[in-house]
Amino acid sequence: MAKTLAEKVWDAHVVRKGDGDGANAQPDLLFIDLHLVHEVTSPQAFEGLRLAGRPLRRPDLTIATEDHNTPTLDIDKPIADLTSRTQIQTLRNNCAEFGVRLHSLGDADQGIVHVVGPQLGLTQPGMTVVCGDSHTSTHGAFGALAMGIGTSEVEHVMATQTLSLKPFKTMAINVEGTLRPGVTAKDIILAVIAKIGTGGGQGYVLEYRGSAIRALSMDARMTICNMSIEAGARAGMVAPDETTYEYMKGRPHAPEGADWDAAVEYWNTLKTDDDATFDAQVDLDADTLEPFVTWGTNPGQGVSLSEAVPNPADFGDENAKAAAERALQYMGLEAGTPMKDIRVDTVFLGSCTNSRIEDLRAAADIIRGREKDPKVRMLVVPGSARVRLEAEAEGLDRVFKDFGAEWRFAGCSMCLGMNPDQLEPGERCASTSNRNFEGRQGKGGRTHLVSPVVAAATAVRGTLSSPSDLDPAPESAAIRTDAT
Amino acid sequence: MEKFTKHTGIGVPLRQSNVDTDQIIPAVYLKRITRTGFEDALFSAWRKDPSFILNQEPFNAGSVLVAGPDFGTGSSREHAVWALKDYGFKAVLSSRFADIFRGNSGKQGLLAAQVAQDDIELIWKELENAPGTQVTVDLESKTVVCGNIVAPFEIDDYTRWRLLEGLDDIGLTLQHEADITAYEATRPTFKPKTLPAKVS
Repeated sequence: MAKTLAEKVWDAHVVRKGDGDGANAQPDLLFIDLHLVHEVTSPQAFEGLRLAGRPLRRPDLTIATEDHNTPTLDIDKPIADLTSRTQIQTLRNNCAEFGVRLHSLGDADQGIVHVVGPQLGLTQPGMTVVCGDSHTSTHGAFGALAMGIGTSEVEHVMATQTLSLKPFKTMAINVEGTLRPGVTAKDIILAVIAKIGTGGGQGYVLEYRGSAIRALSMDARMTICNMSIEAGARAGMVAPDETTYEYMKGRPHAPEGADWDAAVEYWNTLKTDDDATFDAQVDLDADTLEPFVTWGTNPGQGVSLSEAVPNPADFGDENAKAAAERALQYMGLEAGTPMKDIRVDTVFLGSCTNSRIEDLRAAADIIRGREKDPKVRMLVVPGSARVRLEAEAEGLDRVFKDFGAEWRFAGCSMCLGMNPDQLEPGERCASTSNRNFEGRQGKGGRTHLVSPVVAAATAVRGTLSSPSDLDPAPESAAIRTDAT
Repeated sequence: MEKFTKHTGIGVPLRQSNVDTDQIIPAVYLKRITRTGFEDALFSAWRKDPSFILNQEPFNAGSVLVAGPDFGTGSSREHAVWALKDYGFKAVLSSRFADIFRGNSGKQGLLAAQVAQDDIELIWKELENAPGTQVTVDLESKTVVCGNIVAPFEIDDYTRWRLLEGLDDIGLTLQHEADITAYEATRPTFKPKTLPAKVS
């Protein structure tokens, strides 16, 4: 029977089919190939194992890193916040007790869990990947079925290396065409979310397809899959291809020799069959897409950067109207204001959405030879210690520092403000992260989600801007058009 | 897990869509390493506003939250469910729940009952017109009763069964341990292992 990519990966991991059929079917028991762990959602799960006297079944399929709570300054000193320090120490103790590999602060492979997995070559096509973090969908860029889970499920995976799941529906997101210069993967996914809404993908696995997706790098595909959850979908996928294999090859945990050949042979089967059917289809035209930005307090409240803040009265649905009114009040915005007139206080370049080396390169290419708006603060937080090292080897740190940006150590940082990197009440931020929820980046903070190149252009002008709004740089640094 | 069959308590109308998990519990409370004690964290930003529904009697003693569509979006934090439970909520009604939140609720014995938006609107009006009205959520019959309103709700059969029986997921799965072991023996050798650690 013809199958979609998601169905193929699902079927290859069924340990035990649930009894019954249709709506009354019990969940399938799926094997989990890789369990990623971090300090925030794991302590209660480890404690659960301890209380029940259960071992962690597969330490060799589990890896932990410190990311959410970690400071991005003074990482050689004890963490100042005592509760954060306790949580990190608890992870260290738990990993030692249960035999889990851990990349701690200061280690070259420490960093955001969704940056570290792919970078080590642990994320591979056709795998099932889970983590107590909703942005686990990132790993779907490799053709893996990857999803976020709650702490009870974290404990379940620790104890059994499986998850009980009911099959998802499948949705194809077809993106055909060629992105224009300055338009990126981030704009694709923000436009998808604005189109289908924050609940549109609920119950589905999304598969991103089409010529525009095929043309994207792995870093860019990760940006797209990362925000599947913002459209309500627990997972998003891209079928693996040469771009995927090229990225994988030579990574520390990539297969080698005969294993590589066997793996590629299998990976080549991981595509949706021509005659398979999706439960839903969404089309997006890459040719006409413009840089996209959010104006509200959920990721579906977005418009093209060239447009204006919408008027709540124009929303037909009463709930959407009320949500828009509330959002504008929180964001301190007037309907009808051109998005490009909105002045920001802070620019944040980072998060599991946009903190990989290509994101840093793309932003650096925009600011090279230009001056930062003196009133804007810019924070650059690489996704992992290794990305930071790589950027420094290329001299990107100098570009950011010369521009006047703060060059930090790796972690989740201002994406969710669990560490000291937070917005002040009322502060406005152009952020390459994934959520513009009320208070997400700090109590009272106001977030506009943007791509790395829009973030960079905004730091130059002080108002939400696209690279095409900039005057030519004095030293006319080449602007990459293939940026993520 | 405690069994859930039927609950009656004061209904709290939360007229808002897209109540994300950062609103239910901000990240700053996620630094704790315990599974309980999150009642102060629930809606902590909104509770600073005296007009917020949970700052008004009798709603502050509510145990059935009646919310707008797309409840529990965003982060996978199970802390959102712990905070609702610690505050005293036994059930949440919404026309649409985020997948991960709904899953987490099922694991923790918080009933996430999917009620049609038209019925939610009727219940909101009833609760606003007569504050303190009790809402009964009956998992056996999958119905919600509020004043004269009787509305059906949806929940998947497996979660319903587990809630009614109060079953622990891990225990259920470990009954099939032989199947897991058999599956493990069939995994191809090219699949990666985290140990021994390799670094670049």
